[in-house]
Order: sequence, then structure tokens, then C-alpha cells
Amino acid sequence: MTATPFNGAILILEVDGAGAHPAAWRLTGQAPGAALDIQQTAIAVLAAESAGFHAVSIDDSRRTQEHGTAARLDAVQRAAYVGPLTHSIGLIPVADSIFSEPFHLATQLAALDGVSGGRAGWLASATGTTAEAVAVGREAVPVNELSAESADVLEVSRRLWDSWEDGAVIKDGATGRYLDRSKVHYADFVGGRFSIKGSAISPRPIQGQLPVLAPEGLALDAEATLFGAANPDALLAVAQTHGRPGISIAELEFILDHAGERAEDRLAILDSWQPWDSNAARFAGTAGEFSTYLVELLKVVDGVRLHPAEASKDTGEFTARVLPALRSAGVLKPIRTGNTLRETLGLPVAPNRFTAPQAQTNTRATTELEFSA
Amino acid sequence: MSNKPEAKKQLRLGVFSQGVNSSTVWKTPEAGSQTDFESFRRLIQTAERGIFSAFFLGEGLRLREHLGQIHDLDVAGRPDAQTLLSALAAITRKIGLVATQNTTYNDPADLAHRLASLDLLSGGRAAWNIVTTDNAWTGANFRRGGYLEHADRYTHAEACVSTAKRIWDSWGTEDISGNGEATDWFAAAHPQSVKHTGKHYNINYTSRLPRSNQKRPVLFQAGDSAEGRDFAARQADVIFSAHGALDAAKVFRADITARTLRAGRPANAVKIMPGSEFILAATESEATEKQRWVREQQIGPQQALAYLEQFWGQSLAGIDPEGPLPEFDPAISESDVTRGSGFQGAKTLELARSWRAQAVEQGQNILEFVRTKSGRGGGSFVGSYSGIADKLEQYAESGAVDGFNITPWLVPSGLDDIVNHLVPELQERGIYPTHYAGDTLRENLGLEDPQDAEPVDAGTGANNTRFEVAV
Repeated sequence: MTATPFNGAILILEVDGAGAHPAAWRLTGQAPGAALDIQQTAIAVLAAESAGFHAVSIDDSRRTQEHGTAARLDAVQRAAYVGPLTHSIGLIPVADSIFSEPFHLATQLAALDGVSGGRAGWLASATGTTAEAVAVGREAVPVNELSAESADVLEVSRRLWDSWEDGAVIKDGATGRYLDRSKVHYADFVGGRFSIKGSAISPRPIQGQLPVLAPEGLALDAEATLFGAANPDALLAVAQTHGRPGISIAELEFILDHAGERAEDRLAILDSWQPWDSNAARFAGTAGEFSTYLVELLKVVDGVRLHPAEASKDTGEFTARVLPALRSAGVLKPIRTGNTLRETLGLPVAPNRFTAPQAQTNTRATTELEFSA
Repeated sequence: MSNKPEAKKQLRLGVFSQGVNSSTVWKTPEAGSQTDFESFRRLIQTAERGIFSAFFLGEGLRLREHLGQIHDLDVAGRPDAQTLLSALAAITRKIGLVATQNTTYNDPADLAHRLASLDLLSGGRAAWNIVTTDNAWTGANFRRGGYLEHADRYTHAEACVSTAKRIWDSWGTEDISGNGEATDWFAAAHPQSVKHTGKHYNINYTSRLPRSNQKRPVLFQAGDSAEGRDFAARQADVIFSAHGALDAAKVFRADITARTLRAGRPANAVKIMPGSEFILAATESEATEKQRWVREQQIGPQQALAYLEQFWGQSLAGIDPEGPLPEFDPAISESDVTRGSGFQGAKTLELARSWRAQAVEQGQNILEFVRTKSGRGGGSFVGSYSGIADKLEQYAESGAVDGFNITPWLVPSGLDDIVNHLVPELQERGIYPTHYAGDTLRENLGLEDPQDAEPVDAGTGANNTRFEVAV
């Protein structure tokens, strides 16, 4: 994959729970159990789509949270729920690549692509701790093996997604064939910890290949890489000097002045309940200051994944005061209703690894026809 | 309904979107996509308009094969059940959402979590259709491979389901604190972890989700062996049965009632919904003609030969589908698993001999003979709207079934005439609901709240399984 020429950056809003701050649930004015109400997710994603975010990510973890909201619905399911309710926004659940059954995970993500009209992505996470391992009856995976294990899961997912070529369903009454079996392939994957025969049990996803986002530390051959830094200035410096292939997306937490309360004071109140431990860069300030910062940052990255401290207040401020400034500055990629996530990200049509080069041309033509229909 | 006698037993309907079978007609222009979301939207919204209790998705974890190659003559392709049902939850309000999920090739805690999530996300409308496929051919798609002996499948399934129930029951929304001033998100104690120690794996898992407003997902089960029936009697809420003919359904009901009582549950604890097929028209003769057309569409010459091939275990390429059944005996003694578990393990020599005799007696060629095998036997309802409604009234009066689980032979319009014409006839007879009784699947199936899972289970002996709860 080669770096795309700059034609605007993308904004991914993280929408899990009441906000990124572990005490955010205390200040929502709602019962703490509201985090489990799928309508809250639906409203957050619809608001993000309406505001003009390119995608939402939906965080998840196999770990039981020790602080803050201790329960969350499955992220792939939350994304699937909002699939039929939305029309342009990308839906990117976080899903564990270490203790999932790879065959199930690939099938779930393919289905998510189907219910969202080709707007699904996958943010691959990998921790591998003992607590997560014993929950599913397996051994912990050492930190230095997480990358290789994730790479295996990603590779088999890609093979399964390609295992039905576009046009494998032929419905040929004359020969009685529903499928053209020459267009259905085995994955035949043998990895370090597992092997999978394939084929997939469902057709190729609408996007062919779902865009995969992965933290830089996993060093995966993913469509997009998430990177961070200790603070906003360091993030900008890292972004200016990086030479990453593919799409690079900066991780950024933020808290803004809101309703006469200064960001620093809001943060102090939240922190008095529970410190916000994280390694990500965190911006605290006014909407104007944040706009100025982001205009610079978005010129040197392909996108930003934004983690609002308090979802309702900080996303609200961002939508009302920061997004218009970013639009005026012309630093955002355009969004079109009906676009696939690949199209929103500026990715080319995904070739099929099982298709001969000549046949691939036909595949592309078919795919484009389907998009325009 | 108010002007009808109160005592009449209500039948309920479910739709089984099987996804892979030889009964779905695909050669006709009305046949839509088997996998596009719009097809599922159309089906489930029609079913909900018809007050169906449940929308079922089938699952098979390996693409079917025939004589060692991908089977290409039938519809195929099934989106992941729970992901699809999560999306369908957003565009429906009352209908139950049933996912077929395998006890052998899922990690119990992972499966329990996703089902709990679907149950909460849908407002208490989720169900799990428990299947126990165990062959190594399917296992080739999973980490553990073909690790389970066929004889152990129910023992293993029981441990999986018991563990899931204990995970679901481990905490509830009442355990979440009431306001933002609390010391902790949890009201008092944090949930306890659920431990399972067994032959195949050990689990120590703290649930990340509370119970739903129907307590926990409804459990469906379809196994028909004595072991499968006992398993259902102990664990299930609903049996998706294979006994659709009225007399067979009565015998099955009596058998299940006895087993349920033996399992220490109330006689009516398990609902029974036979798998069924409806071919309907305004008149009997039109319906008969339609059935002939459906069978022709389902079974063409290639499908007819392939049907025999799975039992003969060899290519019958040179055989005339409009001629007699093969004179020679099958090359295999038992059919294999690759065309689906419903066709595995048949004693092919006996089968071939009896089929030849049947075909000769009926004067049928291969095509005609195989067409008689299509459909659902006693679960096939072919007739006029009012005639079939009369017939179903006998089922309702007999108490033999609680309803029917319908496999549409056409996607996505296969429920239209049932909902538009049969349902009103049933409602007029007072044997079908005119509205949803409640918000949850449990309410809409007329099920009682489940008893809490025993926190400590004595286990199931055979594979030395034992349970304990962390203190």
C-alpha cells in the first residue's frame, strides 16, 4: 500500500460509553446503567454522522473494567445495530484478535459489512493477558508474540473474505448450479497457533476487504495504523516526521471549555473522582485553541481518532465550534452518502487474492456497477 | 379475539431462515438474494407484521461439500447470525431473534457474552438455538479442531449451556449503582466469577453484562435422539421438532412431557414448534398445482442425481434422471457429514434397496422419486388458506404443538401469503394472537421466568465435569 496523496484528513469519533474519562458516567445526569442502552449508542452515532465525522470507533475489551463503567455491549453488535440506521458514516468496532475464534471473527466482520452497506472496519486489539485467557480456557499469549498472532488472524480473515470471488453466485438454471465452485476457494491457512481450512460460509463482503486499523505497536500490514504520543506537541512532532506506509491516524484525547467551565477545571473535577490514566496525548483548552491545533495536525496525518473526555459535552462542543473551523480550513476529506468505508478512506477497490490478474479487471467492473446501482 | 372463547389454545409462528438447503427455490425471477441485508429486512418485517414470535437464523460452520467438492447445486451463504440479528433488532420491535450457535466450536464464556449482549441490545428478544455438531470436518475451521467424540457431544453441550446459564445469572441491573455519587459503578459487591473445570477446558470468567429484562436468552433445541430429547427436557425452553404430522406430534408431546417431568420441571415447561413448510393458494387445486411447481423448482435433474449421490457415495453422472434408480449398490455403507448433519450416518444399503422398491411400486423415475422426498413430510401444509386454517385448528385443539417454525421456500417474499391470508384466517378462528403479548420473547412465547441456575452444579458424571463458583 502506498501513501495516498493529501486530499483532506478523516475524523474518527470514539463513542464507547459516557466518554473516555473513567469518571464520565458520573456526570451524565443519567443512571449509571444507561451505558447498556443501545439507544444511547444509536443517538451518538447518528449525531456523529449528522455532524460530519467520517467514522466512529466503538471500543471493547475482554477485560472487566476495574474503574468506571464495568459493562458494555459487544462492539461488533453495537456497530451492526446502527448499520441499518445510518448511511454514510464508517463503523469501526474494536475486536480482539488474540482470544477470538478467527473463523467466527472474520464471519462477524463480514456480516457487519453487509448490514452497513459496506461501511465496516475493524480496529484490531491484542493484549493476551492471563485473565482474558482463562475466561476462554486458553493460555496467555506473551507480549512479544501478540504481533505474530494478530498477523495470523488478519491473514486468515483476508483469505476468508476473498474466498468467495465476486460473482460466485451464478444461479444458472440450465446447469442447475447456484454457485460457480471454481470461484469459491479454501483459505488453507496454517499459522503458529491454529489452522483454518475455509471457505467462508458467507459471500465476499461488500467492500471485498474491510479496512483494518491497528495500533502501531502491533506492526500489522493493515490499511491504517494508529499512533500516539505523550502530549499534543509531541504528537504533532511525531506526525511531521513519520514515514509510515498506508494511512496514519493519530490517537488524541480531548476536553474543552464548556458552558462557562474551563477545560482544566472540568478535568480536575473528573480526576477527583478517578484519575484518567492513559498514555495518549490529551488536549485541554478552548474550542478555538483546539481548532488551531487540529488544522496543523490534520495537514500531516491522514486522520485523527478523537476520544472525548465526556461524550455529550465534549463531542457537542467539538461539533458546534471545532468542526466548522476545520471545514473552513479545508482540511477534511469530503463525505458522500452511500460511500463505502474504503471509499471514505480513499482506498482503492480491493483486489481478490484468489483471482487471476485478467479476471480481476472483470471483478472491478462488476463491483463498480454494483456501487452505482 | 374478544368475541371468541377464551379457552382456545393459541398457536404461534416462527420463521426459520435456513440459508442453506435444497428447499429454497432460486431459479425463478422472484427469488431474491439469500445474503443481502434487504432480503432479511423484508422477511423479518413481514413476519413481525404477522405477529410471528420468532425469527430464526440457521448456521453451519463449514460450507457444504458434495463428493469432495464445494456443493454447488443449492442455495448457500449465511451471514453471521448474531451480527445480522443485532442489525435486525434495530428495525423491529417485538419479534424474537434466534441465533443457531454451536456448543462445540464456541468458547462458552465468549458465546454467553455475545448472546447476553444480543439479549440486552434487543430489549430481551434473543434466543439461542443450541446445536452440537462435532465432526472433525467442521472442526477444521476452528482452533481446537475435531476434538470431541460424537458420543460426548451432549455431555459437552450440557456443560456449555450450564456454564452459560451461570454466567447469565451471575448479576443483574440491580447490581449497578443508582446514581453518579456512588463510590463505585457497582452498587455493592462486584460480580463473582464463574468457574468451570472439565475434560476439554477450564474457565474462570467474570461476566461483563447483567441479565436482560427476560432474565436470560430463551433456549431452543432440535436434537431428536433420546439423548437430544432428554437434553431438551432438562435445558431448553422450546423444541424445534421434526414431528409435524398431527399423530406424530401427539406422540412426541407425550414423550417430551414425560421426559420434562422426569427432569424435575413442570409438564408444560418446554414448548414444541415443529419445522414446517406452507404452500398456500386461494383454492385446494391451485395449491396442489403450486406444490407441483415448487417441487420442480426445488429438484431439477442435477439436484435429483446429487440427492442420490450423497447416499451412493459416488458420481452418478451417466445415469438418466428420468430413468429408474441405479441398479447397483452404494459405494459407501454410511453417508458422510459434508451435506449437513441432517443427512449424515444413513445406512445406505438398506436405504437404496427400499427406495428402489418404492420407486418401482409407485412407477417413479429418479426425478419423480426424489421430488417426493422434498418438503417436510407431516410438516408440509399444502392447501387453501381456509382449509389449512381448519387443519391448524385441529392442532390447536389437540394441544400437540405450541406452534410452527416455518421454512419459507422463497426468499424474500415467502411469508407474504402466510401473513396476508393464513394469519387472518387463524385469528378469526381465535387460535392466533392479534397482538404481541409483551416486549420480550419469553412473554411472547408464553414462557415462565427461568429458575436461577444453580451456582454450584454437581456436574454430569460422564466426562467428570464439575463446577464451582469463586468465593
